[in-house]
Amino acid sequence: MKRRIISLLVVSSLIFVFIVFYKGLNKPSFYKPKSEISKIPQFFAKNFYSDEEIDSKKIFDEDKYYLFNIWASWCVPCKDEHLILSKLSKNQQLDIIGLNYKDKVTNAKKFLDELGDPYVKILLDQDGTISIEWGAIGVPETFLIYQNRIIKKFIGPLNENSIIEIQQIIK
Amino acid sequence: MKFIKLILILFTVFHFSSLSASEDKLYNKIVKNLRCLVCQGQSVYDSDTEFATSLKLVIKNKIQQGLSEKQIYNFLTEKYGEWILYDPKFNKNTYLLWLLPLLILLLSGVIISKKLIKFKK
Repeated sequence: MKRRIISLLVVSSLIFVFIVFYKGLNKPSFYKPKSEISKIPQFFAKNFYSDEEIDSKKIFDEDKYYLFNIWASWCVPCKDEHLILSKLSKNQQLDIIGLNYKDKVTNAKKFLDELGDPYVKILLDQDGTISIEWGAIGVPETFLIYQNRIIKKFIGPLNENSIIEIQQIIK
Repeated sequence: MKFIKLILILFTVFHFSSLSASEDKLYNKIVKNLRCLVCQGQSVYDSDTEFATSLKLVIKNKIQQGLSEKQIYNFLTEKYGEWILYDPKFNKNTYLLWLLPLLILLLSGVIISKKLIKFKK
């Protein structure tokens, strides 16, 4: 009887371990931070074109949707994403604000000259500290904002599906 | 010329870190307890990725602003979730993690003592 119980215990614990590993190893290893920020962070940033210091309170203050996009000219996925941003920039209800992440301004300007400028405003984040305030882990990352609140966060480049998703929210 | 060189050397040696000794200790402690979210099995302290270097700078600034260790951890968990900490806090999601080893220890103690008593008899 005792032996039976022990073998049953061993088999069931083996099955348990197998299930845990099977489920765990099938999970994507890419970690998405469980950010609790819903309100946009406060910060000061330099304007990309004029070097003037801008208060974040004055950026998202209108009654419209904003798309806050973190990008860099050295980031390859940002190039693909740029096409999507250009499409989205045609939407009148949406203002796209860019945050140029750890980039050389001359390279960034070249990037915009080549691919177009979908941004209403571009801010500079030369040491990456502003991105940390937003809870970002890299580039590109995009936040949909309405009334000073983050409605949706996109980690990685936007795609055609994101356009549909954003347009459905804005409607 | 030598005098200028000497001054320069002294300046770089003593002003290399903008943090005081105690602040530097706190900084190292915090940075070692943070998981680099874009690396595989590395702490922020060990990593040189863009994310880690920016995070180190933010923590340095926060220490200089006078924030405590707890305030900095709260700031980071608000932005990145509990996962960024190597030393997770005690709450309803982690109580099993903290209590299970203790429970196992107690349980095995009970089993061993029972066996010993039986053996002595």
